Amino acid sequence: MNKAYLGIDIGSISTKGVVIDAENNILAKEYLWTEGDPMGAVKRLLKALEAQMKGIDAEIVSVGTTGSARKLIGVITGASVVKNEITAHAIGTTTIHPDVRTIFEIGGQDSKIVIIENGFVTDYAMNTLCAAGTGSFLSSQAHRLGVSVEDFGEIALTSKKPTNIAARCTVFAESDLVHKAQIGHKKEDIIAGLCKAVVANYLNNIGKGKKIMPPIVFQGGVSKNVGVKKAFEEAVGHEVIVDENGHLMGAFGVAVLARKSGKERPFSFDTADIEFRTRGFECAKCANHCEIICVYREKELIDSWGNKCENGAVRTAG
Amino acid sequence: MTHNEIVACFPHMANYAYAFKYVCEHGFEVKYLIPPPITKRTLELGARVSPDYVCSPFKYCMGCYLEALELGANCLMQIYGGCRLNYYGELNARILRDMGYEFEFFDMAAVNWKSPKDIIEHFRIINPDINPVKVVQALPVTFRIIEILDEFEDLIRHNVGFEVNDGEFDGTYKEFLGKLENVEDGKELKELEKEYRTRLHGIPLNKPAKTIKVGFVGDYYTVQEPFSNYFMEKELAKFGMEVYRQMNFTNSVIHNQGKKKRKIAKKYAKYPLGATANSTVAEAITFAKEGCAGIIQVKSFGCMPEIDAMPILQNVSRDYHVPILHFSFDSQTSETGVRTRLEAFYDMVEARNGRKA
Repeated sequence: MNKAYLGIDIGSISTKGVVIDAENNILAKEYLWTEGDPMGAVKRLLKALEAQMKGIDAEIVSVGTTGSARKLIGVITGASVVKNEITAHAIGTTTIHPDVRTIFEIGGQDSKIVIIENGFVTDYAMNTLCAAGTGSFLSSQAHRLGVSVEDFGEIALTSKKPTNIAARCTVFAESDLVHKAQIGHKKEDIIAGLCKAVVANYLNNIGKGKKIMPPIVFQGGVSKNVGVKKAFEEAVGHEVIVDENGHLMGAFGVAVLARKSGKERPFSFDTADIEFRTRGFECAKCANHCEIICVYREKELIDSWGNKCENGAVRTAG
Repeated sequence: MTHNEIVACFPHMANYAYAFKYVCEHGFEVKYLIPPPITKRTLELGARVSPDYVCSPFKYCMGCYLEALELGANCLMQIYGGCRLNYYGELNARILRDMGYEFEFFDMAAVNWKSPKDIIEHFRIINPDINPVKVVQALPVTFRIIEILDEFEDLIRHNVGFEVNDGEFDGTYKEFLGKLENVEDGKELKELEKEYRTRLHGIPLNKPAKTIKVGFVGDYYTVQEPFSNYFMEKELAKFGMEVYRQMNFTNSVIHNQGKKKRKIAKKYAKYPLGATANSTVAEAITFAKEGCAGIIQVKSFGCMPEIDAMPILQNVSRDYHVPILHFSFDSQTSETGVRTRLEAFYDMVEARNGRKA
């Protein structure tokens, strides 16, 4: 039986899973919504991957997790690698595009830029304070305009004269958009303007001061929007590559890391049937009131975290 | 109020409370209250009564004052600096008085430090029967306490990531602080210092010959008060990095290096940017030259001088090929986001370092 490696990327909006073989070929992949329930999403993800793996002569020997719920899901799946999404994306992308110099990533709640030289990350930035220019902003504006977010990009491409929309902040952009619509700008122009605004916001905020060199790879859910892709190309003056599997790059990257780690642990898709429970409580031992999370498999406490000091430490059995 | 009834208190900042305590008790001859350690409650109390857009150090100070007043402090103090901080004392006192608290307030920004007469006049707020000779006599030990705190903390910063037994540095240092609190004079201090220097240096380490060094810069408060930067120095050390920091009381109050640092930063910043911004730039240059694999700038959200330093730091980053990561903190910042960035930072500098080696 061949060895296979599972990578799971649990974001705030979507959960992604990829199974690769020893040559980094993708054997199975799945993308679904997290819906505020990372544990439930991972169970559904594992079921879907299991179905795809049927008939493939391979056994998962190592698991990697990334994304904002990486720690929790890492404990549940017995992952050998738990990695932050910045590194995971960089590893995944450099595996497929070894010569990449710049990675743009716009996800549901955050956006990142990663600068790469000779296959190594040399600089990166991540949005900190504001959701302007992320996927959730685009989908709420699509909703306001009465178009589905999936059609957004195509509609933007039909515009000949994109409307100017303030990119500084979601609140300004939204009031600008309403105003422009009311004075009679065409819908496709406004949509194209929004795509430009997202790009301007991205480049002015997290792209500020970064040396953007080609080849550029654009990832994250928003990369599926051809309007934003085109706006990027116009703004930076280079071709922007969007990969078919771009949205899976974090999961792919952490699967590669799991493979490279050399740490092998038995994994079974039955994990999806085991009951996991978390319990959160506030430690009352000092005024810090740390929120402590305990993770249980069936009835057994398997891990805990969240305490700032020793007073709040929860001992796991064994 | 006679001086027997006075209970003085400075807001917390790192571990300097021990120095403030010494100068108040032995120089000003009044009681000193070390406020409770900063916790989430401190920040919540402070944020509730502070203007929303003021920087987080103001909020921390307000929280400390409120907790100190609860415990019976009646003479609060505030320092001054090169930014909005000069107005903070006035505003701190007004807000607290509007809330109905009664206390004396010693605002260092209100003092004309060139006039001995004015200095004494203001010192009388702390103790109406002040004996200036006593204050002057207490200064050498006070300064020595600061120097020792900074020396020991530097040592810990460089080595805590490599201790063989987890928590040994913190435990030993805590023990030292406990004894430092009740130091009576210079002689006692000297003995204590000697004992603990030996002990700290004797802690077993597992330190490789070549380590990853990281420089820590930022605004005066955020870079020095660990709670306000999510104990970032400790987090960095946990990754097995050696943390370097220049900004502390020794380098800014006792042996002011402002001029020297402005000179180092001159190529990038000709004019004073206010507060610690020129120092931040200079420190980043120095760290880059000394081979730090990465630099982290921490600042409170809305700190104008440090915001001005950011684009300059990006030039430093480009010229010296050293990554610089920026963090802004306010009264709420998701710990997850901080962790993710720090982990990625570690992965990046580790990979870069491995390549250079």
